[in-house]
Amino acid sequence: MKKAFKPGLFLVLIVLCLVIIASGYWSFHNAADRDDGIRRGLDIAGGLYMLMEAVETGDREVDDDAIDRAIAIIRTRIDELGVEEPVIAPQGDDRIRIELPDLDDPEQAREIIGRTAMLKFVGPDGEEIVTGANLDRARAERNPEISPRPFVSLEFDREGRELFAAATEKFYGEPISILLDDEVISEPVVRAIITEGQATIEGDFDYEEASELALLLRSGSLPVELRELESRLVGPTLGQRTEEIAAVAAGAGLALVLLFMILYYRTAGLIAGMALVFYTSLVLFVLSQLPTTLTLPGIAGLILSIGMAVDANVIIFERIKDELRSGRTLRSAMESGFRRAFRAILDANITTLIVTIVLFILASGPVRGFAITLFIGILCSMFTAIVFTRFLMRLAFKAGAIQSGAYVGVKES
Amino acid sequence: MIDFIGNRRKAYLLSIILIFAGAISMITVGLNLGIDFTGGTVFQLNLGDEFSLEEAQAAIDPYEELEGAAIQVVQGRDLAGDPTDEGLIIRGPYMDDDRRDAVMEEFQNRFPRMDMADSRVESVGPVIGGELARQAVLSLAVAIVAMIAYITYRFEFKFALATIFALLHNVLVVLGIFSFLQLEVNVPFVAAILTVFGYSVNDTIVIMDRIRENIQHRKKKDYVEVVNQSINQNLVRSINTSLTTLFVLIALLVGFHYFIGSLDLIIFVIALILGVFVGTYSSIFIASPLWLNLQDYKFNLPGRKAVGN
Repeated sequence: MKKAFKPGLFLVLIVLCLVIIASGYWSFHNAADRDDGIRRGLDIAGGLYMLMEAVETGDREVDDDAIDRAIAIIRTRIDELGVEEPVIAPQGDDRIRIELPDLDDPEQAREIIGRTAMLKFVGPDGEEIVTGANLDRARAERNPEISPRPFVSLEFDREGRELFAAATEKFYGEPISILLDDEVISEPVVRAIITEGQATIEGDFDYEEASELALLLRSGSLPVELRELESRLVGPTLGQRTEEIAAVAAGAGLALVLLFMILYYRTAGLIAGMALVFYTSLVLFVLSQLPTTLTLPGIAGLILSIGMAVDANVIIFERIKDELRSGRTLRSAMESGFRRAFRAILDANITTLIVTIVLFILASGPVRGFAITLFIGILCSMFTAIVFTRFLMRLAFKAGAIQSGAYVGVKES
Repeated sequence: MIDFIGNRRKAYLLSIILIFAGAISMITVGLNLGIDFTGGTVFQLNLGDEFSLEEAQAAIDPYEELEGAAIQVVQGRDLAGDPTDEGLIIRGPYMDDDRRDAVMEEFQNRFPRMDMADSRVESVGPVIGGELARQAVLSLAVAIVAMIAYITYRFEFKFALATIFALLHNVLVVLGIFSFLQLEVNVPFVAAILTVFGYSVNDTIVIMDRIRENIQHRKKKDYVEVVNQSINQNLVRSINTSLTTLFVLIALLVGFHYFIGSLDLIIFVIALILGVFVGTYSSIFIASPLWLNLQDYKFNLPGRKAVGN
């Protein structure tokens, strides 16, 4: 029995397809925009990733409080560098993970993060006078009247002022050592009793080094020593090139899949193609709305999920063909095809979802990003196949765009 | 209808040979573990100028850690297909930040046009290397247990067992090939293996679903025929899905190989491609026949002929 061709519904179908293609184009375009699209991981955007381990120093053991304070101090230091969206987070019991996208000078950043920056003033008798903990202010200055080289000027707090005044009185005419992390950086001779709590560190450094030292002193010293466990520095253009290539490859792969589906499944294949475009824009939209990070393995995962998204459609179409072969009418073959395919799609996808959940919990870094993107990809593909393809197929059937088994790719009949 | 069950021994034999060869390769030469697992340093540098391997070697000669380090030339292309600046990749043992900076400075002095924005330096300490390896094995183990639980809940325990056997088979075959070809194994490879997990289970479960359904619709439970029928009903779907997945993966492989030239991502894609092949093969030739064997262990004894034509 031939189904009547309904121009009205057919028009709706065409318009719907155009909307899907337009939204696909729009979301692809949107996602490609680096500033306003999906957040990129360091392996794509470039930047510095560091994993540091806190090591016990003589007087301070590693506990949550020490880690929290170290993080706060590193954050202060990083903020002064003007890095956008830094991630500084605890990992495990004694580790700190640092992610800095978009760096001008990674060497400087690493220098600043890792330094304990414990400042000490020590008298000639070896007794500690005052430490960086009593600092109120520190800044780099240039003043030829005081010194030909750039220097760091300090201002102590009330307690530091008193300690410093007493020491300059006691050691008048003698040298005082200024130590940074147990290394002597300056050894000035006391020429005045300083009661205002002001001091300068003059040393063998240029203005940039003086600024760096001032920054370290301002932010305070780390309560524990930090050691590097892992460091990954990626230049911004390297990842960008890879991303561009991946996008082009995804486009080419998508086109091949579309072509194959249309050749094999005819009108139904075209509908699957529409569902695929819909799926792609859905995934990109969801990714841009969630606080997820797209990594290179993540892109590969997404591209893989395109291939797997087709699977659900293939299962459905093969089911419909089976039902047609067993003598059902097109209408009932479609309905029972969808119904029977549903269970297989559900079970098959849930097992893959389980893998992504395990990865998300146990893995870290790019693999975790991969797990999230694959998870979102699978959910979106299930939704597309079960809800969207079905809707389009029914509409196409009602409009008369699918009239017989031949429209689903059945050869005989 | 193709008689998959009748020919199952040939498939078993092929798989056993593959796994056995892979095992020999893994015992004798082992896996080529990358810095993610062993710890180490990788420099990927765009030197901005043409260079010879000797020049690059001369640059690292002063650094004894890098003695005997592998140097590899990377040649990428831009989107128009024109070759971009040559780069190189050096893989060495773990070096601390001071030593790494020294190497970088050495290159900067020798190659003033070196492009830092198109370079990377990754260094993994030995502690982390061991941890990542443990993390990888743990993820695989947990994923297996979780999948057994789910499949047992939705189907039955023997389905789960057969699926997991097929899965382990896939992982062993891919690992064997990686060991044989000495392709570098890093963290993304673990992600790829896990995806292969998901993919092959996906493929197997769709067939299992058919078996489950076909058994329900029969009075006389002739398992051999049911399984053969189920595999055949799914054949087109298995092939088509593998094809579409391969289309995208091969597009990715060609893209990365031709335009980027760096091996890391290519290896990731190769693992996925191998996984799709092996996963499809095992879901058809291994998983379901194995389930039959588990269902009735006497099934394999002589005198009992497999039915089906």
